[in-house]
Amino acid sequence: MKDRFANRKYFIMALAIAAAVILILRLFYIQIIDKTYRTSAANNVLRHVTQYPARGLVYDRNGELIVYNQAAYDLLVVPVQTSAFDTARFNEILGISMKDFRDRMKAAVTYSRRAPSVFMKMISSETYGFLQEELYKFPGFYVQARTLRKYTRPVGAHLLGYVGEVDDKLIAQDRYYRSGDYIGVSGIEKSYEEHLRGKKGVNIFLVDVHNNIKGSYADSRFDTTSVPGSNLWSTIDLGLQEYGERLMRNKTGSIVAIEPSTGEILALVSSPSYDPSLLVGRVRSSNFTRLQADTVKPLFDRALMASYPPGSTFKMMNGLIGLEEGVIRPTSLFGCSMGYHAGSLTVGCHSHNSPLDLPGAVMNSCNAWFCNAFRSILENKGYNSIQEAYDRWREYLVAFGFGNKLGIDLPNELSGFIPTRSYYDRYYGKDRWKALTVISLAIGQGEIGATPLQMANMATVIANRGSFYIPHIVKKIGEDGGPSSVFSQKYTTGISAENFEPIIEGMEGAVNGGPGATARGARLDSIIICGKTGTAQNPHGKDHSIFVAFAPRDNPQIAIAVYVENAGFGSTFAAPIASLMIEEYLTGKIKRQYLEDYVLKVVIAPDGKEQ
Amino acid sequence: MEKNSNILNRLDWLTVLLWGTMMIMGWLNIYAAVYNEEYTSIFDMSQRYGKQLLFIVAALVLAIFVLVTDNKLYYFFAWFIYGMFVFLLLLVLVVGKEINGAKAWFEFGPFGLQPSEFAKFATGLALASYLNSKRQALGFRTMATATSIIMVPVILIAIQPDMGSVITYFAFFIVLFREGMSIYVFISALLAVILFLLTLIFGTVPVALGLIILSFAALWIFIRNSQVLMALGVMAGAGALSYLAGHYIFGAGLDLIIVFSVMLSGAIYAWYLYRYRLKMAVIIYSFLLGGILYLFTVDYAFHEILKPHQQTRINIMLGMEDDPYGTGYNLNQSLISIGSGGFAGKGYLNGTQTKFKFVPEQSTDFIFCTVGEEWGFVGSVVVIGLFVLLLLRLVMLAERQRTTFVRAYGYGVFALFLVHFFVNIGMTIGVMPVIGIPLPFFSYGGSSLWGFTILLFVFLRLDAGRAEYLG
Ligand SMILES: [Zn+2]
Repeated sequence: MKDRFANRKYFIMALAIAAAVILILRLFYIQIIDKTYRTSAANNVLRHVTQYPARGLVYDRNGELIVYNQAAYDLLVVPVQTSAFDTARFNEILGISMKDFRDRMKAAVTYSRRAPSVFMKMISSETYGFLQEELYKFPGFYVQARTLRKYTRPVGAHLLGYVGEVDDKLIAQDRYYRSGDYIGVSGIEKSYEEHLRGKKGVNIFLVDVHNNIKGSYADSRFDTTSVPGSNLWSTIDLGLQEYGERLMRNKTGSIVAIEPSTGEILALVSSPSYDPSLLVGRVRSSNFTRLQADTVKPLFDRALMASYPPGSTFKMMNGLIGLEEGVIRPTSLFGCSMGYHAGSLTVGCHSHNSPLDLPGAVMNSCNAWFCNAFRSILENKGYNSIQEAYDRWREYLVAFGFGNKLGIDLPNELSGFIPTRSYYDRYYGKDRWKALTVISLAIGQGEIGATPLQMANMATVIANRGSFYIPHIVKKIGEDGGPSSVFSQKYTTGISAENFEPIIEGMEGAVNGGPGATARGARLDSIIICGKTGTAQNPHGKDHSIFVAFAPRDNPQIAIAVYVENAGFGSTFAAPIASLMIEEYLTGKIKRQYLEDYVLKVVIAPDGKEQ
Repeated sequence: MEKNSNILNRLDWLTVLLWGTMMIMGWLNIYAAVYNEEYTSIFDMSQRYGKQLLFIVAALVLAIFVLVTDNKLYYFFAWFIYGMFVFLLLLVLVVGKEINGAKAWFEFGPFGLQPSEFAKFATGLALASYLNSKRQALGFRTMATATSIIMVPVILIAIQPDMGSVITYFAFFIVLFREGMSIYVFISALLAVILFLLTLIFGTVPVALGLIILSFAALWIFIRNSQVLMALGVMAGAGALSYLAGHYIFGAGLDLIIVFSVMLSGAIYAWYLYRYRLKMAVIIYSFLLGGILYLFTVDYAFHEILKPHQQTRINIMLGMEDDPYGTGYNLNQSLISIGSGGFAGKGYLNGTQTKFKFVPEQSTDFIFCTVGEEWGFVGSVVVIGLFVLLLLRLVMLAERQRTTFVRAYGYGVFALFLVHFFVNIGMTIGVMPVIGIPLPFFSYGGSSLWGFTILLFVFLRLDAGRAEYLG
């Protein structure tokens, strides 16, 4: 058969030859004609100096500076460019021994003879001053400017986080980072890394054998300028944060304070804490090891990462759900004879007036009342089964932000735990469980877990009568920026505003009421605080003290959750601390010196012993 | 036994020699690229050059294995092999390991395998088998079917996403062209690809101007008439005038010249058409108009319709924004190292740029930097010469086949090598955008070496058996 397309082979061969000709012409141009690509003399070398941009600054909500930068210098060496020099003088300037010098030199050679490696990290400005004058005597060495984080006050370590060197794993994943680069490792530094870091630049210089820069390479054609990182404005009130950390000193626990109308976090305290400047610069790794080994776990951010059973503070949830489901009314009366009794089951209570209505039950924190209410919720005839009613109950909790991460703009948030229906099915057999089986949920005990952040968010929802914004820590990115748009989205919880009133009345009573009120220690003359105590059962020791509150009652400015581990009842420490925080934030001045002294004086060891 | 010696006699040893030479040169350059005084032994298995030696030995074994198999196997099992690799491309999307943002790898302990490297050979076989069944003169339906044979793996690879590999599959259109695809369709497709790449590199205005000049050159070649030169002169004058007027009086940009020039050249073409009743003028003008329209569509679609983050994503997929230090850093590093090689190069192991770890991916996609820096212009030309020799030899071998099957497969091998060769070296010297595909037999990596070896040796095996009756 005749192949009538056989001539096309010439066109195809021409394609191959054309490709080769294009490549060879281009190579001829860049290798032979264009001299800019060639170094002008054999002994000239190019030096690529990375321009590290200044990391963005962090301000508090009032524009007060929290985190800034300080210049530091890395001394770099290119082993093949070194030649004999006065090592004694060199070591004297740097304050190192001959052995130290040899070790560092050896490490640099091991990395690469030709590529620059860090000889000494973060030398001080003074040392840099001396070194710079004599640097011409030390061929192969040069200095690269870096910045170190500095803090205006030794507070906010957990929320600010720290900056560390990138590890090899990340370098392999993300090509932006090179060995020796810094990256936010935790806190705001991590979650806003891309905004804070800016963009690196590079300057390429021609350098002669005497280590002198002879000028920029190819008229800086290949240089790129660095772009400084964006400044951040945090939602934190630095004064309140500092006060919170002071109140929590010598205690274990956390404080989360939120502005209800916006979801902005005013204070985020986790205790024990540490001075953030401990994790900066050359001392970072040794300090980090020490903090990590510390048995009280100062690196652990309890506000976001500790999950506790919410205890009695959870009763308000059951009250709200019961009202919304129509199974109880604010005026529903339940009796209490030192507890709730159903068959062989007893949930104990303390002595108080009986019977109580809903506000009274919140105020007195009556276990029996809420066991009855919870049972009514699950045994609601409107649903086909207890399990179905349970699913509905859980949906309300999820709408409040329980059982899932809230989505705060900080890393490592814990989701907490609200058991699903299948969880109990697995435990007791499918649909083989009843309201009484899970009755401990009525009073916030049992399998459930919530973080202090989630509890503060619950206080926010109550303060707002049913809605919230995702709690967040940054309100402005860059001079003209705003927060991430996810934080301006309003969430509703499916509970109508009027159902919050009896609960709030109870919370007001708990703080400001007469006999039977559980949190009178939190009372403030000038402002109506609404609050609720709780106690988280602790199988390992003394129970944890919890208090959630918001104030003022009308048009609330602050919602707060306070946890003090191993402190016993919520009224003992958590309530006064919350009250002092509210006073500090709303009035700017503490009038109750005795209460502050009482809180500051107490030392609670992790085993729960007051000292 | 006799059959095997028969194969050795009929084997095209020139191609085998080129293959071996390239692998050894590649290996020596990988050694130079990752050379480190602490690990000077070229046989050090902890280093890339040590591993590459292992890959080369395995490639030898593979080559021998391919040669001893029955050549009918490739003919009869073409569709089965194709199906198998399509399945593997599906599988890698599910269980593959993500490296550099693409799910393209199967992981076996310390080694990874990229099915897309082997699927090229399978696609070549299936395409050849299909064309063999259709005889010549490709009609629209045959074209459509052949295109879908190519597009199935292309789509699966685009999902990974590995745009570099996707681009190489378009090489198969050269096979369709050789087997009778309409020349206009082929040239349009070729132009579309070239224009697309040029627009991304240089922007619309210079490319449009280039197109106009080219169209006049074409007109001059086909219609030798001094009127064409006249028209060119008038157009250049009009262009300059419109630029001056637009720039200084109305403050408009270069776009105005393009519009004006296209209108003007349209008028001149219309006159030509009227005067000589020439078919060629219509064709050239349609190409010009179509080209400019296409150009502005690409540019408009890219900048106006796509959102910035989508643009970035496309740039990253094209490998054009994977760029920590700013635009063109990789390319600049590459240019500096190759350019500094000069005429004779800095000498083996004496390169400084590549050793500084300034050039990214220097042992894989940017291996040519080492060649350019250490061996200079001379070495670069030698490497390019080797590739041209191999490519022309492949055309020769393909043309001496008696069946469409082997010829089409041979052209598939040719086309893949051509695209890899041109795009890879082109990207290191700024002729092509930075698209991450390996240089055959040079780049570090088992998958690409083995993929190319199988591709080549299946053709050599088929060629050695050309006297036998196939199918
Ligand atoms: Zn009671």
